[in-house]
Amino acid sequence: MNLSSRSERLTGRIFLIALVVVTLLPFLSMLSAALQPRGTVPTGLAWPSDPQWGNFVDAFTAANMGALLKSSMLIVAGVVPIGVLIATMAGFGLGHLRVPGGHIAFGLLLLGLTLPFEAVVTPMYYQMRDLGLLNTRWAIILPLIGLYMPFAVFWMRAHFINVPPELSEAARVDGSNTWQLFWRVHVPLARPAIASLTILLFLWTWNQFLLAIVMVDDATKRTMAGALGAFQGQWGTDLVLLCAGSLLILTPTLIVFLIFQRQFIKALLQGSVKG
Amino acid sequence: MTPAFGSAPAGSGIASRPGGGNPDQPVRPHRKRRWGRTARWIGWLWVLPALIMYAFFVLRPLALTVQYSLYRWNGIGPARWVGFENYLTVFTDRDLLKIISNAFVLIVFFSFIPVALGLLVASLVRRITTGPGGTLVRTVLFLPQVIPLVAAGIAWSWVLSSSGLVNQALRAVGLDALTRSWLGEFNTALPAVGVIGTWVMLGLCTILLVTGMSKIDPSLYEAARMDGAGPIREFFAVTLPSLRQEIGVCLTVTIIAALASFDIVYISTSGGPGIQTTVPGLEIYRLAFSQRQVGLASALGVVLMLLVVLCVLPIQRLTRGEKA
Repeated sequence: MNLSSRSERLTGRIFLIALVVVTLLPFLSMLSAALQPRGTVPTGLAWPSDPQWGNFVDAFTAANMGALLKSSMLIVAGVVPIGVLIATMAGFGLGHLRVPGGHIAFGLLLLGLTLPFEAVVTPMYYQMRDLGLLNTRWAIILPLIGLYMPFAVFWMRAHFINVPPELSEAARVDGSNTWQLFWRVHVPLARPAIASLTILLFLWTWNQFLLAIVMVDDATKRTMAGALGAFQGQWGTDLVLLCAGSLLILTPTLIVFLIFQRQFIKALLQGSVKG
Repeated sequence: MTPAFGSAPAGSGIASRPGGGNPDQPVRPHRKRRWGRTARWIGWLWVLPALIMYAFFVLRPLALTVQYSLYRWNGIGPARWVGFENYLTVFTDRDLLKIISNAFVLIVFFSFIPVALGLLVASLVRRITTGPGGTLVRTVLFLPQVIPLVAAGIAWSWVLSSSGLVNQALRAVGLDALTRSWLGEFNTALPAVGVIGTWVMLGLCTILLVTGMSKIDPSLYEAARMDGAGPIREFFAVTLPSLRQEIGVCLTVTIIAALASFDIVYISTSGGPGIQTTVPGLEIYRLAFSQRQVGLASALGVVLMLLVVLCVLPIQRLTRGEKA
């Protein structure tokens, strides 16, 4: 009996390792293509005899990486702090203060939880045109904040609804008002939930593609994903440069992911469970 | 008296309007109650910023989508009322029906295969160790979730191209006859796009299911084995029911990703060859921004939105049933 479960586990391990290899192969294949001499036609996976690391330098200039990084960071800086703040406040109002009629607001928000962006992108485009914001980063930032609200408020409310009301009562006896209560007691306690939400919103913003290509023509004013799409459009035929550039554009995300790896995985797991 | 004020949850920082409560009222208990009620309404100020952003950037466009869907409009000139004609087109036009059915084919690749493989791995592994090896596995399996889908599309366009990794592997084992441009040929394009989705979703599903698996009480398995259950019966009697919620989560996330897919298809095939890999999301984009058929695009958007809800709600009911 023990033996059979041990062989089962061995099979499981093998499956798991196979999964890891399959996950990594596309990246390795891209790397092997990126290191071939420019102008050659690379094959799937072949370590080049003379790796051309200089291709990455070429791709850096061709992709205008400096401008792209700056643009993505500006968009993230516009979306994430405001999004997290107003979602935390709303979660506090709905989950802890339990405002009268709050379930109506919550129901309205739930409506947007499964909404595909494609369903609203057309009127959003005209709305941004009328506001004169097309081809500016605001046309990505403002809709994204709105689109994230269902999940973000849902997420923060789930935290606040579990905070015992006695906590506020105790603080109120000390004479704090709600505003002080929020910042001094509740925000510090909500830090894990806020951290996960911040990571998720960062990731979704950085990787947002549809809004970026609809709202902004200039690749240097887009998100990283939008810029990557433009890069493919421009260099699609030069496979070596395309692979080098794609890997380069991926690097910032990968670095951030590897640094905050534990938090990322926690956030993504919780995020999908609650979403 | 400060305690009386303190117990009223009125914010005097941001929400310093005293509302209807008259601070000079002599009877304290009465005043306190009125204060409490007003203060609870003042709590709306906390919800309002989020709600305003949501209303202006989601609810308003959503209402407009429904409105546009009843008109024929090219985005510039005057719009003409056509009633439900656009919806009739969505449900009768052969191309559009094919496009919608493509999204359902993708569900097989985005949802069913990752969940099935994830269950297989989860029931074999039981748990991923907490040591450095486990961390490495988790990190690698999460990579496809972290990178933009656009990057997954570019990487796999290369892997599936005629000189790519898949064909190289086929040649290496002598199956030259099978090599082809996977994303370019009529019969293989849609499954090839699907495989990209499988790659993206597989790691997430596996880790979610393994995590759920490690929460199952091992004595359940011992009991099942005592009763003489083999691995298969064990799977259906213990694993599957215990993982109901995790399976529900995987299915929900991946089905939404399949139905609302855009990035991967846009990058890897642009919907071609023909409309072989076109999905509703891509068709909305094409109709609205290159064909200038805003009304039809909006009708398709409404249908897509409803399809997502129709697919996700039963799953939520089935897998979270008793908890909700």
